[in-house]
Order: sequence, then C-alpha cells, then structure tokens
Amino acid sequence: MTLWLLLLVPLAGAMSIFLAKAALAKWISLGVSTVVFVISLLMAVQFDVWGTSETGLVSHVSWLSQLGVTLDVGVDSVAMLLVLLTTFLTPLCVWGSFSAITARRKEYYAWLLILETAMLGVFSAQDLILFYVSFELTLVPMFFLIAIYGGANRAHASVKFFIYTFTGSLFTLAGFVYVAWQYQMSQYGVWSFAISDLAQFASTSLTASEQGWVLLALLAGFAVKIPVFPVHTWLPLAHTEAPTAGSVILAGVLLKLGTFGVYRFVLPMVPEALVAYAPAIAVLAIVGILYAALICWVQDDVKKLVAYSSVSHLGFCVLGLIALNPIGLEGAVLYMINHGLSTGALFFLIGMMYERYHTRDMNAIGGLAKKMPVWSCFMVFFVLASVGLPGLNGFVSEFMCLLGTFVATDTAAQWPGVLGPEYAAIAAIGMVLAAMYLLIMVGKVVFGKLKEPEHDGAHSLLPSDLNPREIGILVPMAALCIWIGVQPTVLTDAMRGSVEDVLSPYPRIVQEEHGAPQTPIIIEKKEQNG
Amino acid sequence: MADRLWFLIPELIVLAGAVMCALAGLSTTAGIRRNVGFIACAFLALACISVPFVYTPERIATADSLLPHIGKYIKFFAALLGILLVMSAGGLMDRKYEHAIAKGKATFSALRTSGGEFHALMLLSIAGVMLICEARDLIWLFLALELVSLPTYVMVAISRWSKVAQEAAMKYFFLGAVSAALMLYGFALLYLATGTFVFTEMVDVFAMQRAEGGIAVVGQTGLLLAIFGLCYKIAAAPMHLYAPDVYQGASAAVTAFLAFIPKTAGMLAIILLCTLVGWEEGLPPVIEMALWVVAVLTMLLGNIGALLQTSTQRMLGYSSIAHSGYMLIGIIAGPPLGIVAVLVYLVIYGATNTSAFATLACLSRDGETVDSLEDISGLHKRSPLAATSLAVSCGSLLGIPPLFGFWGKLLLFAAGIAAGQLMLVLVAAVASAISAWYYLRLIGLSVLSSTTPRSDTVRVALRWPFVAAILSAIIALAGPLVLTNIVADAEQAVSETE
Repeated sequence: MTLWLLLLVPLAGAMSIFLAKAALAKWISLGVSTVVFVISLLMAVQFDVWGTSETGLVSHVSWLSQLGVTLDVGVDSVAMLLVLLTTFLTPLCVWGSFSAITARRKEYYAWLLILETAMLGVFSAQDLILFYVSFELTLVPMFFLIAIYGGANRAHASVKFFIYTFTGSLFTLAGFVYVAWQYQMSQYGVWSFAISDLAQFASTSLTASEQGWVLLALLAGFAVKIPVFPVHTWLPLAHTEAPTAGSVILAGVLLKLGTFGVYRFVLPMVPEALVAYAPAIAVLAIVGILYAALICWVQDDVKKLVAYSSVSHLGFCVLGLIALNPIGLEGAVLYMINHGLSTGALFFLIGMMYERYHTRDMNAIGGLAKKMPVWSCFMVFFVLASVGLPGLNGFVSEFMCLLGTFVATDTAAQWPGVLGPEYAAIAAIGMVLAAMYLLIMVGKVVFGKLKEPEHDGAHSLLPSDLNPREIGILVPMAALCIWIGVQPTVLTDAMRGSVEDVLSPYPRIVQEEHGAPQTPIIIEKKEQNG
Repeated sequence: MADRLWFLIPELIVLAGAVMCALAGLSTTAGIRRNVGFIACAFLALACISVPFVYTPERIATADSLLPHIGKYIKFFAALLGILLVMSAGGLMDRKYEHAIAKGKATFSALRTSGGEFHALMLLSIAGVMLICEARDLIWLFLALELVSLPTYVMVAISRWSKVAQEAAMKYFFLGAVSAALMLYGFALLYLATGTFVFTEMVDVFAMQRAEGGIAVVGQTGLLLAIFGLCYKIAAAPMHLYAPDVYQGASAAVTAFLAFIPKTAGMLAIILLCTLVGWEEGLPPVIEMALWVVAVLTMLLGNIGALLQTSTQRMLGYSSIAHSGYMLIGIIAGPPLGIVAVLVYLVIYGATNTSAFATLACLSRDGETVDSLEDISGLHKRSPLAATSLAVSCGSLLGIPPLFGFWGKLLLFAAGIAAGQLMLVLVAAVASAISAWYYLRLIGLSVLSSTTPRSDTVRVALRWPFVAAILSAIIALAGPLVLTNIVADAEQAVSETE
C-alpha cells in the first residue's frame, strides 16, 4: 500500500462530488474521508518502523528531473501520527457540517476533501517542492471555505489569511531553493530537492551566517502558519470568521503544518543557526503565550477566545520544539496532536452552540448547563483538557514542553540546550492564565443563571441539546483525549527514534558554542544513535 | 540557402494562411467570410505540425544561426498558442455588420468588413515572431521585429469601434515608432562596434574585444539602447507607460495578443542580443545593472499599479507588465537555466494570460464589451465555467501551486538564485506577494461575490472566446503534467547558446 492511495482517494472523491447531486455531496464526502481514515489505520498497522528513525511507506516517483524535483513520498513516525490526526479529524469535520452548510454544498465538501489531500501531502512529502506545493495548496481550499461559508467579515478574513501565509511561504520557497542551489554547487551541477539530501547537506556544509539566513527564510513561512507573535494577527480573524469545520481543520491541522515544518526542516537543516537564535525565538514564543492569554481574558466572543488561546498554546509547542531535547520535542509533537483534539473539539462545541443561538457573545448567553446538559458536560471536559488537567491529554504535553524547556541548559549532560528554568518559569504563567480565561468562559457560558438570547428558532430542526450526530462527533475525540492522557507513552515511544535522530547533532553543537568540555557520555550516546 | 528556406516552412505556411484569410474575408459568400477564423486556425495548426519535420537533427547540425534549436521550440508554441489567440478573437470582428447582412438590412461591401484583414494581421504578427528565430543578422532581426509590431497597431485600432481604441492605437503606434528608432540607433552602434551585421561574425568580434580587456563602449551603449527599445515590446519599465492605456483601449482578445506575441518577440530578441556579447563571463556590468534596475522597476510598478485599478483589462495589463519583470530575472541569470526558465515561462504565461483575457473577451452586455471590475462580480452565478476559468488563470498567474504558473516562477526563482541574484529573487517574492491582492480580488469577485444590479446584465455572449478560455484554463490546470517535456524542449532549444 502506498501513501499515494491516501493522497489520491480524497482527490478522486472531490471530483466525484462535482459529478453527483448536491444532496449526495455530504454522504460522498463522509464516505470518502472515512475510507481514507480506515486506509490510514491499516497503514499505521502495517507501518513497521514505529519508534525508529526510519522513513516508512516510501515510494519514488521521478518528475522534473532537470531540477531534481521528485514526487517522493514517505513518512517517519512523527509524520505518520500527524497523518492519522488529519485523517481522523476530516470525517468528523465533514460530519459536523451536515446541518450548518445549506448553500453551495458540492463545493464545500469538495474543498474539504481537497484540503485533506493537501494536508496529507505536507506530512508525507519527501521532496521540498512537493512539500511546498502541498503547503501552499492548503491555502486555496481554506481561502474558499472562509470566503464562501464564513461569517459577516469573511472577505477581509480570507484575504488576510491568504496574503499573510502566501507572503511568508514565498520566502520559505526562496530559502529552499537557496539550499538546493548550494547543494547543486557542491554536487557539480546536479540538482536535488530531496529533503534528506538537503538536510544532510545544509546542516554540515553551510556556514553559520548562511544558516542564519536560511533559518530566517524558513521561519518567515512557518512562523506565520504556527502562528508566532507578532505575525499571528491573521489567525483570530480567520478562526472567528471560518465555518465550524474550517476552524477545526485550521486549529487541528493547518497550524501544525507550521510546527511540523519546524520539525522537518528547521531542526535538521540549520542546527547551528537554531542554537544561536533559539533564545530569541523562545522570547517571541513566550511573549505570544502571555500576550495572547491576556487578550483571551478580555474576550467576549467565545470563538475569538478559543482562537487566541491557540496562539497562546502553540507558544508552548514552539518552546518544546526548540528545547533541543527529546522530552521537549516529544512534548511538542504530542502537543500538536492534543491541541488538534481539544481545541478542535472546542470549536465544534462553539459551532453547535452558535447553530442554536446565533451568537457567541458571552454576555448574551449563560447558564446553558440547565438547557443543554450534554453539551455542557462536553464543554467542561474539553476545557479541562485544554487547560491541562492531569489525567487528560493536555497536561502531558504541556508538562513535557515546559520540562524540556526547564532542563534545556547548557550544563545538562546528555541533551544540553540553550533555554533554561527562567524561560519555563515565565511560560508557566501562561498555564495559570489559560486556566483563568477558560474557566471564566465556562463559568459564564455553562453555569450561573440561564440566559438565552432572543433567537428566531431558525434551526428548529436541531433539538435544544445535542443530537446523536453531534454526540457521535465528540465522543471519539473525548475518548482519545482520555487515552492519550492516561497512556501517552504509547505515542512518545512511537516517535522516540525519529525525535532523537533529529536532535542527534545538537549536543555537539551546543557544547561547541558554549565551550563546555565534551564528555565521553555524549560520544557514546551518539554512537548508539548512529 | 536551400536549407535556410527549409527552416522557413512554418513561417511560409502562416504567411500563406494570412493571404488566404485576407482573401476569404472579402468573399461575397457569408459562409466563407464567417469561417476566416477556422482558416487561420487550420494554417496555424499546419505550421505547428510542420515544425518537427522541419527541424530534424541533421538539418539543425548544418544551420549557421546563433541559436539553431530555438526555432523549434518557439515556432511550435507560437503557433499552438496562436490558435488559442485566434479563437479568443472569434466573433469579435464584423459581428453587427454580418448580423445586419444576414437580416437583409445591409448589403455586403468589401470596404466595410475587416474580419479578413484582422486575421491576416494576426497571422503576419505570429509569422514575425517565428522569423526572429531565423535571424542571422541585425537587419533581419529588425525587420522581423517590425513585422511583429506593425500589424498589432492596426489590430488595436480596428478591434473596437470606439474612440478609446483609436486613441490606444495612436499611442501605441507613436511610442512604438520611438522605441523602434531607439532600437535602430542601438543596432547602428552595434555595427559601429563590430563592423558587421552578421551575428556569427559579431560574436567573434565581441569575443576578441572581451579577450583584449572588454567590450567597446560603443558596443555596450548600442546594446543598452537596443535593449531599452526592446523593453517597449515586452512592456517593461520605463518603457511600459503606454501599456495600461493600450491594453485597456483594445478589445480583450487583442490585448491577449499584445500581451503575448510582442512580448515573446521582445524576449527572444533580448536573448539573441545578449548571446551576441556572450554569457560565459557574465553580461557586461552596465548591461546587467540596467537589466536589474529594469526588472525591479517592472515587477514593482506593474504589481503596485495593478492594485489601484478598477478596470479588469487595465489590471491585467499591469499584471502582464509585472510578468515581464519576472522573466527578466531569467535573462539576468543567463544560460542555461535562466534562458530555459524564460522560454518555459513564456509558454506558461502565454497560456494562462490568454485564459484570463479570453474570459473577459467572451463576456458582454447587450453586445458591448465590459470593462469594470464590478461587471465580473458574481460571474459564477451566471456562468460557473467562465468564473472558474478566470479564477484558475488568476491563480496560475499568481503562482499558486500546483497550477502551471507556479512552476514557471519556481524555475525563474531557481535560475535567479543559482546566478547569485538573491536580492532580485527576494524582490520578486515581495512583488508576487503584492500581486496576491489584486489576483485574489479578481478571483473573489468572479467566484465569491454576489451579483450586483449592474453585473446582472453581463452574459457570456461569444462562443469561441469562451472555448478558448476553458481550453487555456485546462492547460493552466493540467499543464504541470507535461512540464517535464516542455522543460526538456526548452533545454534543447538553448543547448547551443554558449
């Protein structure tokens, strides 16, 4: 079985939607995305390199050979986890749109499937250009999803979203091509865009200042996507205006494309520059964590609140990524998955509320526990998951990210880093703030006196509390949250090989930069990894 | 000599087509007159088919021209895209007059029709592009360039019965004459520097000069003037000022033509001239600097200018200026990759730009052409296909992967970076980002917006431009599938540039 199956099935599904009747579109879409999920599960079972640093499910397709561009695909265990997250969320998003989308249905479901192909393409690309193409291709469906099906301010939101990310990634492309050109020079004119070739080449052959520029170019694209303060401003707008499924995909997967980009390219390609600039990036991440958290505190719009909380949460993920030790990086990858689950679910819940009351204003709505007990139950659950209640998924990853940052000092024996306790301590304030703003939100919306806005009953088709379809969407997400919360080691073990492989050059570089003597332990460790 | 004639077979076919079109346009039988477009397409297709037979490896080996392979590539694609261009002009000429004749309200008068001439002029201009590939001396090059331009002046004037078109034609003609003079002056100085008009001899003289410490100042000045003159043809800053007015004034189909055929001619001529002085040690610094400034100005002015427009044709006119700027990156980068990128980009740009203009050409309100942005608002409600083709072509012009336009830009970027022109590529990246605003606006208006009372009266009226729009949009979508082949062809085309 090849990954191409996974990439082409949604695309074929999108085509077939255009040929079918509008009323069938949602069923085709649901069917196709479920089939994709099943295929990806089968692949996950078949995937025989869990826990190692190998890339599995590789298939070679040669293409623009003059420039060394290929269509090679393959996934390591981290990418495979994110593939699973994508294929898991997509059918839920399709299912969750059944009642919300009433006009231009064919296009809607077709775009969702095209989006799935693009996202899977990002995770499975083994070629820079294929990665870039998929990365950019995610913009188009999302642009249309926001611009056609979004809220009142959708035109502005969609254009801002597109321009921000498009501009950023043009610089990333320039950085990619620059590395490829340097590689070509060293290979006497033979171009290659294979990720493994270029990462190997860039990390060893580029000078520190060249790496610095490449880092800047790569971050221009990825930081916008993550988003890192101060280029996060497109996100609250896009999230607020997007239709529910759009927000879920945006928070669940699209933001992870940025952090995945950091994992896949920044870490292996430009280690020296990253060691030099990690503190600066960490400062931006921490500012983002605190600043976005404070903004959340004063939000009245529930959806905007959750959108800003994404900015805040992703800051932890970035910290984990640049902690340069396995705990932090595993935490970051786990965070990608967890944030996708809990924030995705929160967006679903807010969408369900919005469909019933046509408002997201916390001042206009309150005490829903009396009216919608099931909804309220899920709401409290996912808020707790998001806040980081021990026992649920959010806690594990947040803790690992912070722990990784905390121990990432240059005196640490095995995995020295350039951050340290001070970074972790300040970032941890963000956890407190998260608890505050999310619990205040829950307090207002779920508890207290029942307060319902005037609504015209336009959605009298929906019962006052959740219907079985909606419960069916939330239950698997909740189950996963509990499972990851209780047994995170299954996932962290699965990704360990890849993570340690990516980090393997760092101890030496950090030691060199900070002048600490090389201890024999590290050499031994490196040999084990090799 | 006989060999040389042999290479001209595609041109001769197209010229024969021009004669046939001019004659058929004067036929008293309405059925023949109306099918002039088919005749033009048939001859272009014939020329297309003839190219592989004409350019056999043995024959190319004996050719004495500067770039013996380039004709194969350019002639094939010029004829192929020429078919699309002729299609987008389908139904443009003599529509009302023919209608009146059919109803018996008017009688046929050879003086009042211009369909035949129009198509003949189109073919002549395309033949001009083909002839540039066979240029072996400056005189031939100049004549071929003028053969490209002269017909277009008339085409602009007769494409629309409005004062705007007349004004556009006058501007186009006068400024064109100035640029031709500039170019000729440059050619004269090149002659002064080398003492010959023949390319192969000029190459030797320049090589000798370079070996002796540098190309003569006269030669550099000549090249500079010639390139500035050619900037007019490719609508590059600072010679771009005519473009917005002319592109807006002419009918959309003619604008599509102007934005591709003269541009291809200009790019080819610049490639030829730069080949004269030799690329191996880089272009002379003055030339490279001038091209650099022109490229940066063109990219920025074109894209920023497009942001401010309210007329679709004018907006796309500015966008086509910007694309010249992108292509100049390839020229500055030089062979092989840079020139390959330019050649590939020309084809990609030609197809997608034609798609955008053909979509505009097929729309009309009560027989009148439409021009404002508002007119395409909510197009998807009235014609989903037309709206989609406009959106696809704009996406491709913007360079959204995996559409065709992206790969052109990727090649240009790669060539630019490989030539060490990092700054230029960054400017191009910024310029592309700026262009996202107005391309998204076009996409948004056609695919997303709702109909306004004004745009509600706009309909897809002309069949052939519509077909051309759909076909070229399909090229923009499916083109990447044959990208490898096109790049291979382009590589072959420049294989003896050095």
